[in-house]
Amino acid sequence: MQNSFPLWKNILVLIVFVVGIIYALPNLYGDDPSVQVSSTRPAKLAQEQANQIESAIKAAGFTAKAFEFTDGLVLARLNSADDQLKVADLLRDQMGDDYNVALNLAPTTPAWLRSLGAEAMYLGLDLRGGVHFLLEVDMDAAVKQAEERYNDDVRLALRSGKIRYQSVSKDSGFIKVKLSSADDKAAVLTLLDKDFRTLDVTEPNEQDQIWLKLSEKEVRDIKKFAVAQNMTTLRNRVNELGVAEPVIQQQGENRIVIQLPGVQDTTRAKEILGTTATLEYRLVDVEHDVQRAVEGHVPVGSRLYYERNGKPILLDRRVIVTGDQIVDASSGVDQDGRPSVNISLNGIGASKMGKLTQANVGKPMAVVFIEYKVETKSVNGQKVRHKQKVEKVINVATIQGVFSNRFQTTGLDSPQEARNLSLLLRAGALAAPVDIVEERTVGPSLGQDNINKGMLSFVVGFVLVALFMMVYYRLCGVIANIALIFNVVIILAVLSMLQATLTLPGIAGIILTVGMSVDANVLIFERIKEELRNGNTPQSAIYIGFEKAFATILDSNITTLLVAVMLFSFGTGSVKGFAVTLIIGILSSMFTAITGTRMIMNWVYGNRRVEKLSI
Amino acid sequence: MFKTNINFIGNRNIALIFSAVLSIIAIGSLAIRGLEMGIDFTGGTLIEVGYQQAADLTELRSTLAAEGFGEATVQNFGTTKDVLIRLRSDEKVSSVDLSAKVLDAINKTTKEPAIIHRVEFVGPQVGDDLAEDGFLALLYSTIGILIYVAWRFEWKFSVGAIIATFHDVIVTLGFFSVLGLEFDLTVLAAILALIGYSLNDTIVVYDRIRENFRQLRNTSTEEIMNSAVNVTLSRTIITSLTVFLALVSLFFLGGQVIHNFSIALLFGVVFGTYSSIFIASPAVLLLGISAEDLMIPVKEGAELMDDRP
Repeated sequence: MQNSFPLWKNILVLIVFVVGIIYALPNLYGDDPSVQVSSTRPAKLAQEQANQIESAIKAAGFTAKAFEFTDGLVLARLNSADDQLKVADLLRDQMGDDYNVALNLAPTTPAWLRSLGAEAMYLGLDLRGGVHFLLEVDMDAAVKQAEERYNDDVRLALRSGKIRYQSVSKDSGFIKVKLSSADDKAAVLTLLDKDFRTLDVTEPNEQDQIWLKLSEKEVRDIKKFAVAQNMTTLRNRVNELGVAEPVIQQQGENRIVIQLPGVQDTTRAKEILGTTATLEYRLVDVEHDVQRAVEGHVPVGSRLYYERNGKPILLDRRVIVTGDQIVDASSGVDQDGRPSVNISLNGIGASKMGKLTQANVGKPMAVVFIEYKVETKSVNGQKVRHKQKVEKVINVATIQGVFSNRFQTTGLDSPQEARNLSLLLRAGALAAPVDIVEERTVGPSLGQDNINKGMLSFVVGFVLVALFMMVYYRLCGVIANIALIFNVVIILAVLSMLQATLTLPGIAGIILTVGMSVDANVLIFERIKEELRNGNTPQSAIYIGFEKAFATILDSNITTLLVAVMLFSFGTGSVKGFAVTLIIGILSSMFTAITGTRMIMNWVYGNRRVEKLSI
Repeated sequence: MFKTNINFIGNRNIALIFSAVLSIIAIGSLAIRGLEMGIDFTGGTLIEVGYQQAADLTELRSTLAAEGFGEATVQNFGTTKDVLIRLRSDEKVSSVDLSAKVLDAINKTTKEPAIIHRVEFVGPQVGDDLAEDGFLALLYSTIGILIYVAWRFEWKFSVGAIIATFHDVIVTLGFFSVLGLEFDLTVLAAILALIGYSLNDTIVVYDRIRENFRQLRNTSTEEIMNSAVNVTLSRTIITSLTVFLALVSLFFLGGQVIHNFSIALLFGVVFGTYSSIFIASPAVLLLGISAEDLMIPVKEGAELMDDRP
């Protein structure tokens, strides 16, 4: 009795095979170009609105394959990508600001497969088209902003604590507090200990001074918070852009990956994601002479700004309201037909605004538009990133009456700018400016082209390898080919189960695996041949061949696996995809080539007298 | 199907001289000409556009020059209808808007608007990081291999495996340098995959040497190695052939984007096979391997002979 597997082993292999087929299957179904509509408001869409969308599409003469309404989300499956774009435009025009219309590729996986949790692999941007952005969060700016905030807070605390001081200012990394009298020092220290524990206190030789610095932990926290806050804001912004299945992930300490499948208009996407545009409201300083300020004599408590037409203007140093106190914003036109942004403030902002307008009726107030722009320039061969904070006064208006939480701002260049600004204000400000440090856009035609090419080279590569194995190893080659099919099925199944992203290099990895994974079978077959040459009977040649080849297969595959894991840990994006398929391919080929081939060999040759092997 | 008895080890000097010459050419070219680094590593902007008809590259170049992008390289990509425009980040002010500006510029003069196939912008800081990550992957793979092979075999084998693998990597890099082929992220991935492949091939031979050492006492080291290389020769060649077939398909049908990936692997597989036959074993021999190095009784190999049915 030689070369037979116990029943459980046969069943186990077959179960793996069947499970593999089930989970690989969804990839054979294509997807429908679809339009997905959701609500931009907290309330989800209701059946009534879903019906409304359905009839709007039908009324415009489009036929949809199916309408689906689940969990407040309407999905219209359409017949072509052309229809998809037209329907999306139609819905955007008709449904207005409250609806989010996004393009989507909805998989056509049948319900019974979906009920088993079997889903198709996610196609990478190089296969489906779209934009990939890598954003870098400017940590230094985040820390600097925090220092400024602390500077103001300390000054405010001293004032409300009735401690007299000469100045509180930022200087060479410190917030330097200069007191009017050294006697107040103890009181300040108590105050700092109570309210500013996140600051490290240094007492310099100058008796009337206290120097403050952000503690290391606070700096770390600020940085962490900046990235987290930016992720939230970017997620909001992406949702506003109307993209189905966006990917927003942190990468490393200070980078954020954003992938927008199907997006083609990268200019708008960049404008929305990259800009750190926000608004500030400040009182106009009418007491001092602007001309003298331009000459360099800016009065204490004021700052010099410029209006859009280049006219200088003096504004109060203190900010009334900043962008992060804005809870809602929408674009529109004012009574004169100029583009405007309607703004709603949160409680703190509203009360500040209310108090201020009450005390200053009749005085002018300015709206400052702040934007960070980054450019990389080459200076003496060194790449220097140049960051610019652009501050422009877009509007100066006289406070006509008291207002607090809702008001309107005008002075914008175009309705487009008003729309973008309201979107940015709505999505929240970025806690720290971001730079786009990498962008990859793939057009939809290239994506489809890549899929076709990948599929074709896979099929041809597979057939070539299989033909060779069949010609060279005859029946055993056919057995190895069955194992090879099994191998590909398992790779696809595992990738689908992991919901991995399939990229073009990933497909290349699968093709490479097809070529490499027969190696285990080649090792086994060559070993069997060798044993036959040494005069062993076919049965024992099979037995020894498998046993001896096993250690070799293990050693050689583990070293390859080692390299693939390194590739995975250090690779990014599509290279990672390649590494994943390689890793899964190596592992599954070990299983299929050793156990799968053995099982079939046992079925064919086991438990009987064999005169000659077809090898 | 075939049983050979070629004196690979005895004639090792021929192979060693051949490899030494190749390596010197490769290193020389890498030192003098360097590698044509893609924008993945240098940073820069790459725009691939398509036209309905064959594109007029001269016209595109002059248009770009007139618009202030004189240093852009313009070339066909795959077909005459597809054009690749490349701008290095250190040539000009490189901002994210650059691609849009370039597209505006070329659409001004050409009759039909370009269809955007892909746009890639890589900032210089990202390029540096990618290069660094690539180097680290290489470094840690090497260390990992050294440790694993030393553990499973012996340190002389791990040094030999590294020599054989680096030989393949250097020759392949030299090939890219001599021909001026672009070295991008996919090629880096191919180089790492090549390390895996070349190593796999080498380990199979080493495995046989180890087995032979334990079985064939009273045989010279040279003979043991020769026999191991000869016995595994058919396997080495057949596996290379199947990998080669798969790669040929990828090379001809996989499209331009992974063209250089396939070239690197095609070339590398040939040399990976060569090195595991001609270099890996002589390297261990030169390091002075002897039967005593492997005499520690370990489970595999020797013992299998005894419990055979």
